[in-house]
Amino acid sequence: MGEPAVSAESPRARRPEAIVPAGQAAAAQSSVAEQRIAVATQWQLMWWRFRKHKLAVGGTIVLAAFYVVAIFADFFAYVDPQESDALRSLMAPQPIHWIDDGSFRPYVYALTGTRDPVTFKRVYVPDTTVKIPVHVFGHGERYDLLGFIPADRHLLTVEGAKASESLFVMGTDTQGRDLWSRLMYATRTSMTIGLVSVAISLVLGVVLGGVSGYFGGVIDTVIQRIIEILRSIPTIPLWMGLAAALPSDWSIVKVYFAITIIISLIGWTELARVVRGRFISLKEEDFVMAAELIGCSRTRIIFRHMVPSFVSHIIAATTLAVPAIIISETSLSFLGLGLRPPAISWGVLLQDAQNIQALVISPWLLIPSFAVIVAVLAFNFMGDGIRDAADPYL
Amino acid sequence: MLAYIVRRLVLAVLTVWAISVLSFMIIHLPPGDYVTSYIASMSASGSAVSEGEAEALREQLGLNKPITVQYAKWMGLILQGNFGMAMEWGRPVTDVIGDRLSLTIVISVAAIVFTWALALPIGIYSAVYPYSFLDYVFTFVGFIGLAIPGFLLALIVMYVGFAWFGANVGGLFSPDYAEAPWSLAKAWDLTKHLPIPAIVLGVAGTAQLIRIMRSNLLDELRKPYVITARARGLPEHRVVLKYPVRVALNPFVSTIGYLLPYVVSGSIIVSLVLSLPTVGPLLLKALIAQDMFLAGTIVLLLGVLTVVGTFLSDLLLMWVDPRIRLGRQ
Repeated sequence: MGEPAVSAESPRARRPEAIVPAGQAAAAQSSVAEQRIAVATQWQLMWWRFRKHKLAVGGTIVLAAFYVVAIFADFFAYVDPQESDALRSLMAPQPIHWIDDGSFRPYVYALTGTRDPVTFKRVYVPDTTVKIPVHVFGHGERYDLLGFIPADRHLLTVEGAKASESLFVMGTDTQGRDLWSRLMYATRTSMTIGLVSVAISLVLGVVLGGVSGYFGGVIDTVIQRIIEILRSIPTIPLWMGLAAALPSDWSIVKVYFAITIIISLIGWTELARVVRGRFISLKEEDFVMAAELIGCSRTRIIFRHMVPSFVSHIIAATTLAVPAIIISETSLSFLGLGLRPPAISWGVLLQDAQNIQALVISPWLLIPSFAVIVAVLAFNFMGDGIRDAADPYL
Repeated sequence: MLAYIVRRLVLAVLTVWAISVLSFMIIHLPPGDYVTSYIASMSASGSAVSEGEAEALREQLGLNKPITVQYAKWMGLILQGNFGMAMEWGRPVTDVIGDRLSLTIVISVAAIVFTWALALPIGIYSAVYPYSFLDYVFTFVGFIGLAIPGFLLALIVMYVGFAWFGANVGGLFSPDYAEAPWSLAKAWDLTKHLPIPAIVLGVAGTAQLIRIMRSNLLDELRKPYVITARARGLPEHRVVLKYPVRVALNPFVSTIGYLLPYVVSGSIIVSLVLSLPTVGPLLLKALIAQDMFLAGTIVLLLGVLTVVGTFLSDLLLMWVDPRIRLGRQ
């Protein structure tokens, strides 16, 4: 198959790949590399291939940053995300002036809010006589880091004023709550909901897909039909129905878990398909037959011989499943059927952007959507990289 | 061939049944029923409903019977073409849903047509000129298209239309035609409003289809028969279009099966943002009011529509792919 490939591509696309090594040194070098590949473990090979995929590496770095924000949301936020004040509603993002008198001394101007006599819109005018110093890593409101370490350091703090009254890096929402701080907490909710949901889908998918692929026969047929039926149902109306059925007096935590379960009820089908496919193709492999002939137990064949050779595929499929879940949660919450307001997620934040007139006046309400898009893109890139690294033939 | 059709048909019927049970269950999951929420809304507006009245209402609506009986009753009525009353509106469900359902179909079909019309040529181009500048551009745009949830894209389109062009790009009709009876002019008005919802709905699917088409065709173009064709001096467009594209098209056709549920799903939420007169906004309202007949019927009808569409795409696949038509899987 190798040779025809080149001639099938158009001449324009052909690239000078075969650069002839000039001397002995290059040849020696390539044989060292070959040796290195020969003794490398499967995971090392995957890692080397993954590293070459620049987009995937970039995506991984971005995701790492997102999860750092998710874990230390209280550090990155500088005020309580629920603290509201009608007198600060819909403030525009406020620029931080980093240089003061030629040296690095960040500050913001104090803002005074008045009502426009013509439009009755609240307008905020910077008072250039009052400079409020901004500190990076300064002391601010107290919180518990990771839930148990008392701390009061924040990424940004102000001096001589309350942060909630003077610092608005991304502006405020209709109720005067600080968008930056809310976005930090929303990141925590939305990024973890993807993980929890995918974990549930993974368990369901691996168990049902494995059973389906390994045993075959009637069980396989039944499970496959169930998957086909589930996949042919439009999910959003179904989710809307299920989510609307959640009692409105449930606590945030309960709703959170209920939503993750609802979303993973459909999400498992794709993973089950992947696992089943791998099981079926591996069953035919020589090394599995060899293990059978030696007299290995069924459990040993599955876990010692088969599972290691498709773990990488499952990881790839799982990574690619997360963005779909994040989009689902965001969509549901945006409709007001997912997480409900005291909870903060990207979808909940975007609810404010539903009203198009409000959006035109205060476009910063759309900022959370960039978080959604970037996170989903990063997951897709990383998943693609893992999939390519796990199976170059796919 | 017949076995294939029968199998697909049985599966379709099973799916419809599963959807009917699911949609009926959904309606019954919330604590309380329509009467409870009716009482709540009445007392919110200041008038009280007595215990006796509530009982009478439940009796009248058959809400005090066991669930299985209610389900059987509901199914029986539906099979007779009677979808019950939309309680909140006090009108038959068919009346309330009316045009909205057909508009949902129109939008979904338009989105799929758009998806195909765009994905096919771009996919072919990307496969014939892989790693070219335009290929990278399409891949990049495709990735972005996949990453933006439909409702967000709708919001952005609305925002751009409003802030830059000062026009409301939502809706499916101009104000003059919204309430007018159907006429040629109204249909033309609808056609003019269709592209934006179709594009918003179709973008994610297009991105997926381009990737599928590109990889399928790339595989096909590497096969020896393509070289033979080229060696015998066939013009390049014939080399590509005559066989490789046709073969690569098969998986493409079968994707309608899962594209359709996806597009119908998306149309619900996109309709809410773009304020399209489809069943989407109606469903949301019905769910909030716990109007069981209305919400159940909408979920059921959407499901059935999807199943019918999928079945049609199976038939189409059979027509395109001789391996299925001749009974070899």
